[in-house]
Amino acid sequence: MDKFRRWIASSDMASIVVLAIVVFAVLPATTDIFRLNLIGKYLTYAFVAVGLVMLWGYGGILSLGQGVFFGLGGYCMAMFLKLEASDPVSTKIQSTPGIPDFMDWNQLTALPFWWEPFRHLPVALIGMLVVPMVLAAVIGFAMFKRRVGGVYFAIITQAVAMIITVLIIGQQGYTGGVNGITDLKTMLGWDIRTDSAKYILYFANAILLFVAIFACRAVQRTKLGTLLLAMRDKEDRVRFSGYDVANFKVFVFCLAATLCGVGGAMFTLQVGFMSPSFVGIVPSIEMVIFAAVGGRMSLVGAVYGTLLVNFGKTYFSESFPEMWLFLMAALFIGVVMAFPNGLAGLWESYVKPWLLRERQAVPVPAPEKTPAVAEDPSEAEAASTRPVARSPEHAPASKNRSDGVDPAVA
Amino acid sequence: MSNSDYVLAIEDLTVSFDGFKAIDTLNLYVDKGELRVIIGPNGAGKTTLLDLICGKTRASAGSIKFKNAEMTKLAEHEIVRSGIGRKFQTPSIYENLTVFKNLEVSFPRGRGVFGALKFRCTDDVKERIAEVAGEIGLEEQLSMEAGLLSHGQKQWLEIGMLLMQDPELLMLDEPIAGMSVRERELTAELLDRICRNRSMIVIEHDMDFVKKIAHKVTVMHQGKILAEGPMERVQSDPKVIDVYLGH
Repeated sequence: MDKFRRWIASSDMASIVVLAIVVFAVLPATTDIFRLNLIGKYLTYAFVAVGLVMLWGYGGILSLGQGVFFGLGGYCMAMFLKLEASDPVSTKIQSTPGIPDFMDWNQLTALPFWWEPFRHLPVALIGMLVVPMVLAAVIGFAMFKRRVGGVYFAIITQAVAMIITVLIIGQQGYTGGVNGITDLKTMLGWDIRTDSAKYILYFANAILLFVAIFACRAVQRTKLGTLLLAMRDKEDRVRFSGYDVANFKVFVFCLAATLCGVGGAMFTLQVGFMSPSFVGIVPSIEMVIFAAVGGRMSLVGAVYGTLLVNFGKTYFSESFPEMWLFLMAALFIGVVMAFPNGLAGLWESYVKPWLLRERQAVPVPAPEKTPAVAEDPSEAEAASTRPVARSPEHAPASKNRSDGVDPAVA
Repeated sequence: MSNSDYVLAIEDLTVSFDGFKAIDTLNLYVDKGELRVIIGPNGAGKTTLLDLICGKTRASAGSIKFKNAEMTKLAEHEIVRSGIGRKFQTPSIYENLTVFKNLEVSFPRGRGVFGALKFRCTDDVKERIAEVAGEIGLEEQLSMEAGLLSHGQKQWLEIGMLLMQDPELLMLDEPIAGMSVRERELTAELLDRICRNRSMIVIEHDMDFVKKIAHKVTVMHQGKILAEGPMERVQSDPKVIDVYLGH
């Protein structure tokens, strides 16, 4: 038990295992499929939050336009599913059968050429990764090479979110406009609307989320992860140590964007549609709040933050719909002011020390497990003044113990 | 080329900010293995000169040649990679990382994105870190968070980070500002040691310290060079006494 407690408190692997138990066992066992599907939807936002931990927490780059990448990934998947749902037989009442219904309503008579490749699932899958990555690379190179950063970058990403939303809504015939791409039914003939499909998609999504967490954790542990932290604190020092800072920023921006794309595609599959309401400024800022509440330095914390805020949103917007936006703003300001490291920060500064202190209050272990170093009284005293070392009651005990130690050792 | 023996040859360098010439047609030559100290009153353009050499500020006119290669058109990281290291005035270290990590990040390998992903802290890196940590007297503090170091130790750490890259030209901006007497002595010894196989440019105000370390002194005033030469000669120069040292 003691060992377990210590493991929980000290290993970052432990937090991932606990999250895995929650996501793979506790939630599916305790909720019905309607709620589980809802949780699955929240977990698609968690991809964005995990990406923001890398981008914002580690890289110090705040993007208020992550919804764009989420949307692009989602649209790539939605285009494929829509084309599959729009076969000539089921669309025979349209004036042009075989094209998506919204195109027909908008007097389009042929499928636009750039829709064609999305008849193939591999194209959609590669697209959901590559399209957000390429857009992020273009924005990233344009901004970071010109040393645009901080608030200015945040504002520009927000503008991009605005522009893309306007573009999608304006080009109704090509994008489905404000309604988005709806009525998605099957993927390669597999009906995604059934309960069993929803279960499978929930677990597929959860597995992908853990792959994302492990990938980000691996990046954090490389020199690149260290460099991101270094850049966040002293960008000029990194630059004048021979690094092209912009390239590292572009990389982490692309990484975050790609994760958003995966989240968006999984969203489309589980929810059955994609619309501009997940692309714009408001959802983009919400996603930042998920990461902030969870803790912008913690990959696992970001997932909890996403779940918590979304549970709150569902609960409050059902009960007090008009209050929700104010509550969310209050939550964001409150978290940033009071707990800048979010839930993960609370864990680090309150729960962890508590777990470790608890461990030391446990009865004195067997003699051979006591510290091997011979302690003379002055050393024991010094040790007891160390912040986490041991509680004062233990100081006399170790004094007594040292009496029994061979003086030659001391 | 006539100036090929110099490590650094600056000719007719000018930079103007909205018409104000912070550096005005300045010429400066630094020899191999030389430790040059630049002194001068506030606003003389000393820090601006270092900014120009390392690419932080772009020159309006003139040339900066390092080992005969033109530096004024290169990006900052390219200038660093060609062998120029620069320490900033306030200690500029990564406070949240350990001393070890601070030095590791400064090791000149894996400087591209994918290089950094593949970078492993192999034995030669560890060896080099231990060597540099010994040089700057921080071998006991390697696992300590850099933000917890004393002010003087932070200054040394930044010098150590530059030594990791083994630059041929090292530029230090007021390295002993805020240091105790003992720390100043140690720093003087450190600079003397590390100068043996490289050239250095040091900006400093403390005249005793300058006397101790300088091979040659350049006095700057209003973006121009007022006097240049050994410390004794510069100190007795009436122009220098007038604008800087005082009567």
